[in-house]
Amino acid sequence: MSPTPFDLLFNPRGIVVAGASTHPGKFGFVALHNVLAGGFDGPVFATNPEQPTILGLDTLASVEQVPAGAADLVLVCTPPQTCADILRSAASRGIGAAFVASGGFREAGADGARAENELVDLARSLGMAVAGPNGQGLISSPAKLAAQIVAPIPPPGPVAVASQSGNIVSAFMNYAAHSGVGISRAVSAGNAAMVGVVDYLGWFAGDPHTKAMAAYVEGVGDGPSFAAAIQKASAAKPVVLVKGGTTPRGAKAAASHTGALATDDRVFDGMVRQSGAVRAATIEEAFDAVAAFATQPLPSGPRTVVLSSAGGWGVIAADAVSKSSLELIPLPADLEAAIDRLVPPRWSRHNPIDLAGGESRDTIPEAIHLVAGHPEVDAVVYLGMGIQANTASHLRSGPYFQSAELARICEYHERQDSRFATAAAEASAHTGKPILAATELAVTQPGNSGPAAMAAGYRYCFPSADRAVRSLHHLWWYARWRKRHL
Amino acid sequence: MGVLSEFESKRLLASHGVVVSRDRLAQSADEAVAAAKEIGGTVALKLCGPSLAHKSERGLVRLGLDGSDAVRFAAEDLLAAATTDDGEVALLVSEMVAGHRELIAGVVLTEQFGAALMLGLGGVLAEAIGEAVFRLLPASQTDCEDMIDDLGIPVLLGPLRGEPAVDRDALTATLLGLAEAAGRDSIEAIDVNPLVIRDGQPVAVDALVVVSS
Repeated sequence: MSPTPFDLLFNPRGIVVAGASTHPGKFGFVALHNVLAGGFDGPVFATNPEQPTILGLDTLASVEQVPAGAADLVLVCTPPQTCADILRSAASRGIGAAFVASGGFREAGADGARAENELVDLARSLGMAVAGPNGQGLISSPAKLAAQIVAPIPPPGPVAVASQSGNIVSAFMNYAAHSGVGISRAVSAGNAAMVGVVDYLGWFAGDPHTKAMAAYVEGVGDGPSFAAAIQKASAAKPVVLVKGGTTPRGAKAAASHTGALATDDRVFDGMVRQSGAVRAATIEEAFDAVAAFATQPLPSGPRTVVLSSAGGWGVIAADAVSKSSLELIPLPADLEAAIDRLVPPRWSRHNPIDLAGGESRDTIPEAIHLVAGHPEVDAVVYLGMGIQANTASHLRSGPYFQSAELARICEYHERQDSRFATAAAEASAHTGKPILAATELAVTQPGNSGPAAMAAGYRYCFPSADRAVRSLHHLWWYARWRKRHL
Repeated sequence: MGVLSEFESKRLLASHGVVVSRDRLAQSADEAVAAAKEIGGTVALKLCGPSLAHKSERGLVRLGLDGSDAVRFAAEDLLAAATTDDGEVALLVSEMVAGHRELIAGVVLTEQFGAALMLGLGGVLAEAIGEAVFRLLPASQTDCEDMIDDLGIPVLLGPLRGEPAVDRDALTATLLGLAEAAGRDSIEAIDVNPLVIRDGQPVAVDALVVVSS
């Protein structure tokens, strides 16, 4: 089977950076830097008419000099008027795909739009696939490919991203780097002259390295085919969608009440729900959701228990559950009896479970397993992780660490929170139920052994109870959509 | 583009399973009185014709008419209010449909996604509150059920002030009926406003169907 344009873009045999620059402030330098720093699994070529050595790589005078069949992808960082010649040269060397990072096309006005149309016509006649133009590039972790003109290079992982805005790709990747829930593929669609966001989603849907996808869109192009593509992708894997540029404009036939109520945003929202995609209002919510989809099993029902070792957060989480599509179930009697055997009688005895500080060494892992293992529980929100390690951090930096010989207790605290994170992951894997852990320490103290162990275990640690509940709501919504529509 | 009269609009929707109010068309005050007797109870009287889309704005609707005298008086009044621009008009005599809850439903041709089905909260504040959900056509039964779930005001669909809960199957059937009607070639838009919930059952009290000419 011959490779698809997406195989050439995301798994090229070799890559050419056209327009590599010696000037570290230029995109043409950063692009080559990223390709080399990312450790791409294949030959790397770079072109510069003066043929300097850049970052230890001897550049070629032009793409013509790339050995035939050695590369599948050219990353174009040259001025717009040179792009056509580069495509012709690339095609002559057997290169089947280009990512055109160069700007100055449709986004620059009528002349640019004309140039873009000509570039597309040329690419079609050459049998080449062109991504962009005016895009930041792409990431393909399985190939160790960082073909982009911006930062960062994210850790590898299960999340794929396609976006009409390059900066938003970067935002997703920054969240990935921070949280440890990494990226499989990411692409900035740029002007999407030949390949649009939904085309990438279609390919991600069949990509074995991708478990969940996030997308940012502004325009949708042809509405019905956009809807069909989203539905097809959602049937395969979770799709989290953020829509920018929502306007209150009504539909054409605004003479009727139905027409007056048919704002673009309401119709778009209905289309998204019908198609099975999850719509997030912000990039932050979208990353939370896609990270949850990528690292947690789907719940088989809405029955949720909040387990906390810290009072207030449990109450807030329970409030959030009550306001969502999830169900804050009364604690089953046998579960209450089982927890009663673990802790002193002052614990809350209802959902949310507040252990009220009555825990000994093994209480939390045991409680997590008990709650998650109960047949009437579909999902768990676990709060309070990191408290012990936070104390350790405080003691370590205090004036008495040495004199009071606090190292041993600090190590114990840190070990405990690491164990709790592991217990949550193990119980989830064992029961096939989502267990979402949340603590602000994920943001305020990412080195804390609780969140750190979560990140090391490729589980997402939510920065707040509310955000965990919001994502759990998305998981259940999508699980329910699958049951009802597929 | 043309508009069907309320009577024709409702007849068309009824043929797709949408429950509509009991209506009789009358050409004169005498006929209106006879129709009101046949329907029984208090009735509503409206001037009806293909050019009369915004009846209430023009005061061409009389509600809660009780007895022959009231019907006759209103009928004569409405017929006198018709202008030459209104073209051919008749009187529509309708049963009064009582219910605390008013929904709004319809089909609209959107610029971006083609035809879409709508369900929303009705009443005079409908547009101000803007609680309305959409699905693209064609829509399945599951899609229609989802729309009811998505309406975001579950308490409104439950038992309310002595009225039973909204019959979800009946509401689903109403939406499916609208979707099916919209599937016919010439129909561009449908507006059912209000869709009154009477004893839990949705009843189209006014409807407007726009057909392509």
